[in-house]
Amino acid sequence: MTTRTVPTPKPIFEKSRPGRIGCNIPVADTPKVDLAAAVGETRDSVAWPEIGELDLVRHFTNLSQINYGIDTGFYPLGSCTMKYNPRINEQTAALPGFARLHPMQPEESIPGAIEVMLGVQDFLKEITGFDEITMQPVAGAHGELTCLMMIKAYHESRGEGDQRNIVLVPDSAHGTNPASAARCGYKVKSVPTDAEGNTDIEALRAVMDETVAAFMVTNPSTLGLFEPHIKEICDLVHEKGGQVFCDGANMNAMVGVTRPGDHGFDCMHLNLHKTFSTPHGGGGPGCGAIGLQSHLEAFMPAPLVTRGAVGEPVLDDDRPQSIGRVSSFFGQFLMAVRALTYLAAYGSDGLPEIARHAVLNANYIKARLKDVLPPAHDRPCMHECILTAKEYKKYGVRALDISKRLIDLGFHPPTNYFPLIVPECMMIEPTETESKETLDEFCDAMIQICTEAREDHELLINAPQKQVVGRLNEAEAVKNLDVKWQADR
Amino acid sequence: MNVPADLKYTKSHEWIRIDGDTAIIGITEHAQSELGDVVFVELPEPGRVLQAEETLGSVESVKTVSDLYAPMAGEVVEVNGALTGQPELVNSDSMGEGWMVKLKMNDASDADGLLDAAGYEAVLADA
Repeated sequence: MTTRTVPTPKPIFEKSRPGRIGCNIPVADTPKVDLAAAVGETRDSVAWPEIGELDLVRHFTNLSQINYGIDTGFYPLGSCTMKYNPRINEQTAALPGFARLHPMQPEESIPGAIEVMLGVQDFLKEITGFDEITMQPVAGAHGELTCLMMIKAYHESRGEGDQRNIVLVPDSAHGTNPASAARCGYKVKSVPTDAEGNTDIEALRAVMDETVAAFMVTNPSTLGLFEPHIKEICDLVHEKGGQVFCDGANMNAMVGVTRPGDHGFDCMHLNLHKTFSTPHGGGGPGCGAIGLQSHLEAFMPAPLVTRGAVGEPVLDDDRPQSIGRVSSFFGQFLMAVRALTYLAAYGSDGLPEIARHAVLNANYIKARLKDVLPPAHDRPCMHECILTAKEYKKYGVRALDISKRLIDLGFHPPTNYFPLIVPECMMIEPTETESKETLDEFCDAMIQICTEAREDHELLINAPQKQVVGRLNEAEAVKNLDVKWQADR
Repeated sequence: MNVPADLKYTKSHEWIRIDGDTAIIGITEHAQSELGDVVFVELPEPGRVLQAEETLGSVESVKTVSDLYAPMAGEVVEVNGALTGQPELVNSDSMGEGWMVKLKMNDASDADGLLDAAGYEAVLADA
């Protein structure tokens, strides 16, 4: 497979010429207003690029052609669920009745929009097994934080707010888990993983007491493994009065097959932008919907999207024990339209196929690569497989070098170096939407790279070679972040 | 991997140079190699009193952020200010110019419980 070579693009500012213009601005037929007098101090120049329409079109078309996305190729970025989002989602989101709503419209004028959100909530209740759902948090980590805030309010309502000041997280947790706990004012303690890749239950038992507010569990774990003792873990935490939060980043492995609400969890977050096919990458708009059991309902962020006395769709703001709003609106409403389209298109027969094919595809990759990149734990995986490249260290090759070489062979690399407990970790999540042919092309490329690592490692160390830029200096990028174009350089 | 015999070690990959009742602490060559390029080192204020195994700072690399732990109880008497502008010293000279914290130990005998070079090499062999 060859990669198209494109010229290094210039910033649009360097194509700017004074006075050049891309459209005909009509002569104003209204009185002139002195801008400075109307709004106060103004800047002489905002340094907008001045460019013709054709040059503008070429600029952005060329940029789009060096972009890599799910529409151009395989994107097995572990823990991110980079699935294909069906085009019909965009068609429904573009319907004028949805697309032209204004966020400040009075509630009485948007019963249809509230009904759409109720529709998504009803689907998510059924899929997760929780009593309540809200789509107010606008990102996965925001959903985590919201759940912890509700757990804190719950403990405080029982007079145990001061006593419970510790949150437990597994040593394989997403970094957002301890961050959310710390943001809520909790101390964080780590729980180790056992040799099989499960939560070390004896270690959990040793630290679990009445000072623990919550245990945050990712299931399936970030090792891509289903936690077989999840019921026992939840019981153990509940016996000491703690709450169990499910990090739902990996829900794609369970949709329609098994329900976290039935496993004993008290609350969870979902990423609509991962599991339920709303836009992902490019920063969203995300939705970190949360599900919870009825004992946490009083503390949910207000307002609730719910039904009134005669079943009419309403926003309920009369919530005295609520933790308050966690965002101004319900994120970007059109992602609810997209999620509902996706859920309705699959239906109860189709949804379990998502999880089954996601798990099948990950296990296929794991089996095809096991001789060159062994799994960190040799047992059936869920929606992603976690492999280790540690044996290539003796050839001077690290997981990062394998990933950089993969770019030259036309694929987006998998997640590297996460979870932290696996040396030279490569985390591969193919999702359910890829064909066997694509999976085979990817596996063939990985096998080729592993041969090159042993025989000609320069190919890896110097990769990528066929891109607009070569190997980036990541340390320099962190130490001297420079993302702003300046005219005087 | 360079594991000098005159240093003490922890399982969490810190090295400790004992000098009377003072302990100089950094991270091992293995640790810097696993972290990759170090971009930021967060160190405690001098004068801070630490319990054994308490988090005393963190090392951020392009891959991850990793906590540093106090190998024993004591008071921070000095930190390596050069790491503020040149965190890469942790990669280039982890056991020399990349040192991090100087601790005045509460009890010098606490150092006896640390790993010696052979003990740390055994930890590395298991990794």
